[in-house]
Amino acid sequence: MTSSHSKLYSDDVSLVVVVVDTNPFFWAEAALPFANFFEHLVHFVNSILLLNHLNRVVVIAAGVSSCAYIFDSSDATAPGGAGVAATFDKTKHKVKEFIDQDALATKGNSSVDSNNAASLLSGALSLALCYIQRIFRSGTRHPQPRILCLQGSRDGPEQYVAVMNSIFSAQRSMVPIDSCIVGTQDSAFLQQASYITGGVYLKPQELNGLFEYLAAVFATDLHSRTFLRLPKTLGVDFRASCFCHKKTIDMGYVCSVCLSIFCKNQKKCSTCGSEFSRVMPDLNSMPDQSK
Amino acid sequence: CFRDSPPAVSFLGILPFPPRGPRSRRLGFEEARWRALGQKLCPSPPSIPFLSSIHTDAGEGARLASLQGGPAMGSMTIGAKYKTTVKDPGTPGVLRMVRKNEDKFTFTPNDPRSAMKLNVDFRGIKGHKFNKVDGSKRAPPLLNLFKDSEKGGGYIFEFDNVANRDLCRDFVARVLGKHQGSVPSRSNVPPENLGASNGPEQLSAEEVDRRMKLLREDSELQKLHKKFVLGNILQESEFWATRKNLLDDEANKASKQKPGFKSAMLADVRPSADGRTNKITFNLTTEIIHQIFAEKPAVHRAFLDFVPKKMSEKDFWTKYCRAEYLLRTKNTVAAAAEAAEDEELAVFLKNDDILAKEAKFKIKRVDPTLDMEADVGDDYIHLPDHGILRDGSKETVDNDSELARRTLSQDLNRHAAVVLEGRASDVELIDAKTVAEALVRSKKEPSSTSSADDANRERLVKVARMTEIEDLQAPRSLPYAPLCIKDPRDYFDSQQANALGSFGGNNDGRKVRNCRLSTDDVFHHLRDQISSIKINKLDDPVVKSDMSLKVLNELNEGISRSRRLNLKNPQESLLGRLPQHTRDELMDHWTAIQELLRHFWSSYPITNVVLYNKVCLHHLFLYTFASLGSIQVQRVKDAMTQIYHKLQTVKESAQPDVRHEISQLVKPMTQALDAAFNHDLEQQQKSSKVGSKFNGF
Repeated sequence: MTSSHSKLYSDDVSLVVVVVDTNPFFWAEAALPFANFFEHLVHFVNSILLLNHLNRVVVIAAGVSSCAYIFDSSDATAPGGAGVAATFDKTKHKVKEFIDQDALATKGNSSVDSNNAASLLSGALSLALCYIQRIFRSGTRHPQPRILCLQGSRDGPEQYVAVMNSIFSAQRSMVPIDSCIVGTQDSAFLQQASYITGGVYLKPQELNGLFEYLAAVFATDLHSRTFLRLPKTLGVDFRASCFCHKKTIDMGYVCSVCLSIFCKNQKKCSTCGSEFSRVMPDLNSMPDQSK
Repeated sequence: CFRDSPPAVSFLGILPFPPRGPRSRRLGFEEARWRALGQKLCPSPPSIPFLSSIHTDAGEGARLASLQGGPAMGSMTIGAKYKTTVKDPGTPGVLRMVRKNEDKFTFTPNDPRSAMKLNVDFRGIKGHKFNKVDGSKRAPPLLNLFKDSEKGGGYIFEFDNVANRDLCRDFVARVLGKHQGSVPSRSNVPPENLGASNGPEQLSAEEVDRRMKLLREDSELQKLHKKFVLGNILQESEFWATRKNLLDDEANKASKQKPGFKSAMLADVRPSADGRTNKITFNLTTEIIHQIFAEKPAVHRAFLDFVPKKMSEKDFWTKYCRAEYLLRTKNTVAAAAEAAEDEELAVFLKNDDILAKEAKFKIKRVDPTLDMEADVGDDYIHLPDHGILRDGSKETVDNDSELARRTLSQDLNRHAAVVLEGRASDVELIDAKTVAEALVRSKKEPSSTSSADDANRERLVKVARMTEIEDLQAPRSLPYAPLCIKDPRDYFDSQQANALGSFGGNNDGRKVRNCRLSTDDVFHHLRDQISSIKINKLDDPVVKSDMSLKVLNELNEGISRSRRLNLKNPQESLLGRLPQHTRDELMDHWTAIQELLRHFWSSYPITNVVLYNKVCLHHLFLYTFASLGSIQVQRVKDAMTQIYHKLQTVKESAQPDVRHEISQLVKPMTQALDAAFNHDLEQQQKSSKVGSKFNGF
């Protein structure tokens, strides 16, 4: 899907918001060490900034209990070699700070299960979308935004509603969400996100060549994507998770008012509060009763 | 001299010998019957029971004639007269129609000595006819039930009033409709028995029309409808329950455009002359009358004044036609003579003064910024000395004569003006009186604006320019967010991959490894990693060259593979490789399965809620209800098993080279049916457990 150019942007200037999954539970067991991953990421960010001098990149880290902005290219101070080193240092520092914060928050948060911890994708997407909205309101000439999610950990079904809401708002603002899965399992949320918003979903086979994947597939701006043939998924997992227990289900009950999904028959919808009355028999369809 | 517009449906009694009427009357009957089914012709009263006349004769025939029940009535008893022929005065008695186990009607005369007893089964009755009753003709309401349209042989009943007759007629129509399945239609209209089918559903005539229109337009829908509703698997109401949005769209589409006047000058009636008898005939239909009123306001005014006070409608039109005739011929002397004699005739022969007034008004209201010099002299519509006179002569005539000399251009201009004004109302043109009244109502509006002042007028003009032209707007259907499937092929092909179980390429066997470390350790690990990132490491090539080549190859291959599998080319797709008839068959099966499954799944909660509701007094009622619910499901299930078997045979009978493709296509269908059957089995097991508790009852 190409974004209809109803707003006045320049054609190939892009704003890429990269959402990085910094879930330590995942990275502790990952095949690709975090340090290498970070290098690939840095190279990728640099190459985007090199493609067009007006390009902008924002990096958001999604942790276990919190999210934060790590890097914003419009903050860059002096160009040139010295500037690069300083920026890099600053970024590293920020990441460390964020991890410490996250550690503190996770300790205090008892609901985090070490085996199944999921990163806060919904929070990160919301941060990204807010930033993009600010850009939209900054004037008539602004870059075309898109979101790139580098996800490793699994989806948390408890975030289903929030993630779907952010996906729909991205769809409305015409912001494509690309996803690159560096973990082992496919992520249903991101598959749906990329499908609905018209982004690219990719699960690379060779993680050591991650930079190559990123540069070949995700670095192109939206305008050029109309001429390029990018990898397509064959299947999208459209299963939803139920609103009551957050289990993934493929057959369940749907409230006719707000369309929320439940796995068990309920008397009252917890989202919109509408009562489900007992199903009244349809009297007219009963056969004629003889007098 | 003239006849009413739509051919009146007149009743010919069907006698024991073949009817000797012309063919056209036969068609009138069919039309009548057809209209009866649509309930358009005679407006039937609401079916409230009321008392008919009481026959006080002793004997078996003495009964209060009454109507029982509403639309789902099992029987009907009514007083009527039985006649063997139309001329027969008729034997008074009681007609009773029963619709229980056997459908029959009996007639019992009031006079026990009479031999006119009847006890006839509806199976022998092939059809029914009735006559139109209106005020002008004094005919009693008759209903004729005939056995065979060719030979005749039927039963004629006369009723006291039209209401009774109509009720009987409707009852008979329903019974006949039920018997014959679908009413045999002469035309190619799909299921006519929509109105006469079983079930107490009250459908308005428009609803029936809409449904049939939809069925006519969409052949897929028609096929489904035929298969399920006529095959008695589903009921009408169920079938249409999910398609409400289609019906509503139909209703909205009902054109809001009002048809205008024809551009042919109908008001210019030409008589037909009968050479032999020296008579000329004018044919005036309601349409023509409508145009005459619109174009000649003086005639309209005369009509309202004279009819029905001074003369009847027929007389009025006779005079009008006479005036027309006189004007048409060059007989000015005769015209003057007649005008002197007959006042009313003179009205028609004069110049139309209303038009003249209107024209003068218009001239006065011309926008002075547009045309400063407009004045009476520009009223070329009504000035004499312009154009060719109707009778071909060119010389001018003195204006003293009151007789009108119309010119061709005047008539044409007037007609054009009327056509452009358009039809003001949608009143059905039944007869001249209603037309006249409707025109009066519509004409009231312009007179009010003629008194507006200049500024107001300009504003109105501007507003008129800005208002929406209703006709040209798209129909406003229900507001809903449109479903946006950008590339349907994309979506459905990806679902196919889902069903086939492959997900985005080969998994390289990466397994999920659960984290065994504690939270603290994990965070430490991450922190260490971050610290180890050194800036000078960025100088090394981040990706080795062989690795990068591998990646590129993999990406390329992935893209071309997904192209192949997604099969952009429809000829190469799965369906395209099958022979045409197999493809059609499979598509038919698929739509049928979808329809059945929809009904199957929707009927389930009835049995659920009912069965699990143990706290109630009416166990028995609920239990019977559960079984009723399952009767519906049973029908659907039977149909599903049939289709299942059909699918199996399709698979087995396929050619070996396409067998694989067919089984791939059939697989999702069988999976869906299997899921439904499994669910049903579970429910039955559960119900049998619960049902055993009721055995004590």
